Amino acid sequence: MAKKKLVLIGNGMAGIRAIEEILQLLPDQFDITVFGKEPYPNYNRIQLSKVLQGDTEIKDITLNEWQWYEDNGILLYPGETVTKIDKQKQVVYTDKGKETAYDHLIIATGSNPFMLPLPGADKEGVTAFRDIEDCEKMIDASKNYKRAAVIGGGLLGLEAARGLLNLGMEVDVIHIADYLMERQLDHAAAELLQKELESQGMNFYLEKQTSEITGKKRVTGLKFKDGGAIPADLVVMAVGIKPNIALAQESGVEVNRGIVVNDHMETNIPNIYAVGECAEHREMVYGLVAPLYEQGQALAKQICGMNHQGYKGSVLSTQLKVSGVDVFSTGLINETADTKSIKVFDEWQNTYKKILVQNDKLTGAVLFGDTKEGTKLLSLIKKGANVQEYLESQQAGDDGESVVAAMSDEEIICGCNGVSKGTIVSAIKNDGLLTVEQVKGKTNASRSCGTCKNLVSDLLTDTLGDEYEADTKESICACTDLTRDEVVAEIKEKGLTYSKEVMNVLEWKTEEGCSKCKPALNYYLGMVYPQEHEDERESRFVNERLHANIQKDGTYSVVPRMYGGVTNAEDLRTIADVADKYDVGMIKLTGGQRIDLLGVKKEDLPDVWKDLGMPSGYAYGKSVRTVKTCVGAEFCRFGTQDSTGMGIQLEKKFEGLNTPHKVKMGVSACPRNCAEGGIKDVGVVGLDGVWEVYVGGNGGTDLRKAELLVKVKTQQEVLEYTAAFLQYYRENASYLERTSHYVERVGIEHVQEIVNDDQLRAELNARMDQALSVYQEPWSHVLESETTLKDLYQKVTAK
Amino acid sequence: MEQRTVGKVLIGNYEDLPVSLGKAVVVDDKELAVFRLSNGKVKAIENKCPHRGGVLSEGMVSGEHVFCPLHDWKINVSDGLVQAPDEGCVQTYKTTIEDNKVYVEITDQ
Repeated sequence: MAKKKLVLIGNGMAGIRAIEEILQLLPDQFDITVFGKEPYPNYNRIQLSKVLQGDTEIKDITLNEWQWYEDNGILLYPGETVTKIDKQKQVVYTDKGKETAYDHLIIATGSNPFMLPLPGADKEGVTAFRDIEDCEKMIDASKNYKRAAVIGGGLLGLEAARGLLNLGMEVDVIHIADYLMERQLDHAAAELLQKELESQGMNFYLEKQTSEITGKKRVTGLKFKDGGAIPADLVVMAVGIKPNIALAQESGVEVNRGIVVNDHMETNIPNIYAVGECAEHREMVYGLVAPLYEQGQALAKQICGMNHQGYKGSVLSTQLKVSGVDVFSTGLINETADTKSIKVFDEWQNTYKKILVQNDKLTGAVLFGDTKEGTKLLSLIKKGANVQEYLESQQAGDDGESVVAAMSDEEIICGCNGVSKGTIVSAIKNDGLLTVEQVKGKTNASRSCGTCKNLVSDLLTDTLGDEYEADTKESICACTDLTRDEVVAEIKEKGLTYSKEVMNVLEWKTEEGCSKCKPALNYYLGMVYPQEHEDERESRFVNERLHANIQKDGTYSVVPRMYGGVTNAEDLRTIADVADKYDVGMIKLTGGQRIDLLGVKKEDLPDVWKDLGMPSGYAYGKSVRTVKTCVGAEFCRFGTQDSTGMGIQLEKKFEGLNTPHKVKMGVSACPRNCAEGGIKDVGVVGLDGVWEVYVGGNGGTDLRKAELLVKVKTQQEVLEYTAAFLQYYRENASYLERTSHYVERVGIEHVQEIVNDDQLRAELNARMDQALSVYQEPWSHVLESETTLKDLYQKVTAK
Repeated sequence: MEQRTVGKVLIGNYEDLPVSLGKAVVVDDKELAVFRLSNGKVKAIENKCPHRGGVLSEGMVSGEHVFCPLHDWKINVSDGLVQAPDEGCVQTYKTTIEDNKVYVEITDQ
C-alpha cells in the first residue's frame, strides 16, 4: 500500500510535536513534508526569553536538529511559505512555485505578534518579540543604543524587559492596565512583582496608552495619549498575539478568532486539521505551551485512525521566566460573587498565595515568591479537586508524592521539552534508571530550566519505591557504584597507586573512566599519597594540564601570582610590556585582586611566562587561588592589624596546594571586612589583639555566609588553624565539593571539634606540610622540560 | 556519498604523539585533533566541537571518547558521533601508521 501523504504547514513546536507523536504511533506510514517560514529547524520558542536574557544561546534551544528530519525521512522546506491550499484537489502551493499533494494536511501556522497600528510603528528600531530574528534585532540594538521601551506589561513584555536589562539597556515598560500581568495575576501579586522588578532596574508607566512613536528614520521616543512623552532608541511591542489564520481563511477553512477545530482537531474541511496557537477549540485560543502537547496527542491519534477521547481543552498555568522572580498562576484567578478565596500574605518572607474556591472546588491559584506548590495546585485544579483534599494534604505535610502518582501517563512533566509522565516512568522501568541525572540523560526531562527536577525525583520514588531510597547514595560517577568514601578507603586499604589500577581493581564499568572520575581519582590519589603519587596529566582538565584558563575561542588567560594582591611598579611595567608584545586581547582585574591577561594563544603561553618571570597565580586550578586583602593597619585609619602581611603569608604558605575545589581567601584588618571574608572559603578578620578565622563562605553560585571557626591571638596561629582546616577539608570532602557545601554538610561544630583538638591539629599540620613539600612552581617547571613543551604546547602543522 | 581522496598527509612520528592526549594538527585550512589512545591506536577528528566550537584536542580522553573542554560533550573519536543526550557529529579522518610515521587521509565530500 502506498504511504499516505502528510503535509505540515508551519515548522514550529505544535506541528512538529504532532509529527513526533504520529511517528511514535505509526512509524513509516506517512510521506511527510514540512513547510516552515523561518530558516531554522524547530526550536523552543518559549526559551527565546532565556536567549535574550543571555542564559542560553540559540543553538541550545533547537528541539529538532536538521539530522532529525533526515533520520525520519521528513522533507523539510525551511524558509518557504505556503500561499494557497486547494481543498478540492488536496494540493498546497508555495511562494517558490512548489506544488505538493496531501492526504492529510495539518495547519500549524502559530500566531503573529500583534503590532499596534500607531503612527511611526514602521520606524527603524521598532520590533516585536516573537522569533529568533526579533531576538537578534534586540541584541544588536543593545550594542549601539541605550534606552529601550517595552509596550506591554504582560508575560512576554516583562521577559523581554528583563532580557534588555541584561543586555545593559535602560528599560521602561509601558502598560495599559493599572497593574502588571493582569490576566494572570491579581492586584496584590502584581504589586509585589512590580516592586521586585523595580529593584532589578525596570521602570514602569502604568495606565499609559501610547499614541505615537516619534523619530525620523529611527525611533527616538514615545508619546502618550495623556500628553506625556519618553525618549527611546528601541521599542519592543509585546501587547499580544493573534492567530495566524490568513492562509486558512483565504482557502475557505472556517475561522473565527482562530481556525475552528472540533475535539478531534478537525477543521470544517475534510482532511485538514489545525493545531497549536492558530487553532480555536471550544472558543479558546491558547498561547502557551502545555495545550499544544495535549492537542498534538489528540491530533496524532486522529490522523493515525485510533480510537480516542479527543481533546477537551486545557487548564492553563503560567510561570514567568525572569531570574530572581517566582510567579505562578493557574485557572480562574479573579474573585466574583460566587467565589471564596484562601489568601496568605507573608510580608516578612515576601510571599503571597491566593487560592480561589467555587462550590467547594479549587478553580485557580496565584503564587508569588514561593511557587513550590504550583505543580500540586495545577494538578488538583485540573482534576477539579475539592478544597478539603487540598487542605488535608496541607495538614499531612504532603510532600507531593501523591501528586505525581495521581497524574495520568499523558500529563507533561517537563514543559520545556514536552516529556510526559508515561515516557519518564517507562524509561525508569525499561532502562533501569536510578537517578534524576540518568532520567535527564535518557529522556531530556529537566534538562532545560530544571523546575521539574522535584517531580522527576518524585516519579523515581513512586516508580522504584524503596529501591530508590536505597540507591540515593551518591557514586562518584556513572562508571562505578562506589561512593567517594568507599573509593578512598579502598585506595588506602589496598594500596592502590594510580587511576587505572583503581578502576581495574574496583571493577569500573568503563575501561578508562570519564571526565568526572578521572580528575577525582587523580586528586584522591594525590591526597592519600602526597609524596609518592605521580600526577597524571591526562586526568587533568585542560586548565590544570596547561596551567592557563581556556576561553571560549580556544585562547587562554594568564594570571601571574601577586601575593596578597600587592604589586609594584616594576612588575606592572613587565606585565604591560608582555601585554604589548603578545598582543593580549584584554587586560582585566579579577575579583581576587589580580591582573588577568586574556586572549593568549596556547603556543605563546611558555614565552609569556618566561617574559613575565613571575610564578603562576593558579587562577585556573582546583587549588588555593588568591588571598584578597584590605589595605590594613599600615595605611588605613581604621585598620587594626597587618592584613596585607597576613594575606601574603597565607598565600605563600598554601600556594599551589591541590584541594577538592578552588579555595579563595580574604584577610581584613577590621570588622568592615573590606576583603569580604564573609563570603570566602577562609576569611580572616583582624581585630585589636585578635584574629577571627571564618570558614565555609561562598559568594558565587550558592551564596553562603562563612562561620566563625576560631579566635586566635597571633599570625602563627592563624596559619596553624587554617592549615588544619584546609587539610581536614582536603581529606574528607568529595572532589568538586566547595568548603561551603562541605561545612554545611558536616556542620561547623564538627570542624571546630577537630581543629581545636591539639593533637589532631598537630597531625593535620604535619600532613599539610607533607602535601606542601612537593609543590613545584608550574610555569618554570614547564619551561625547564623540553618534552612537556613539545607534548603540550607546540602546534603541529602538516606540510 | 562520493568521496574523493585529496591526499595522505604526513603529520609526524608516532612516538611524538603524547599518550592518552590530543594534539592539534593543522593541515591546509583544516584543523584536526589527533589522539593517540591508550590502546595504541591513533584517531583523527575535526578539532571543533559541534556545540560551541570547543578545541577537542584539549579534551580529556577516556577509551575511545573525548570530552570537550568547554561544556563536557562526549564524542566518539572513531566514528565522530556525539554521545547522548547531546546530539551531532564531527568529521572523522582515517589514519595510518607506516614505519612509525603517522598519516591522515584528507577527503573532500
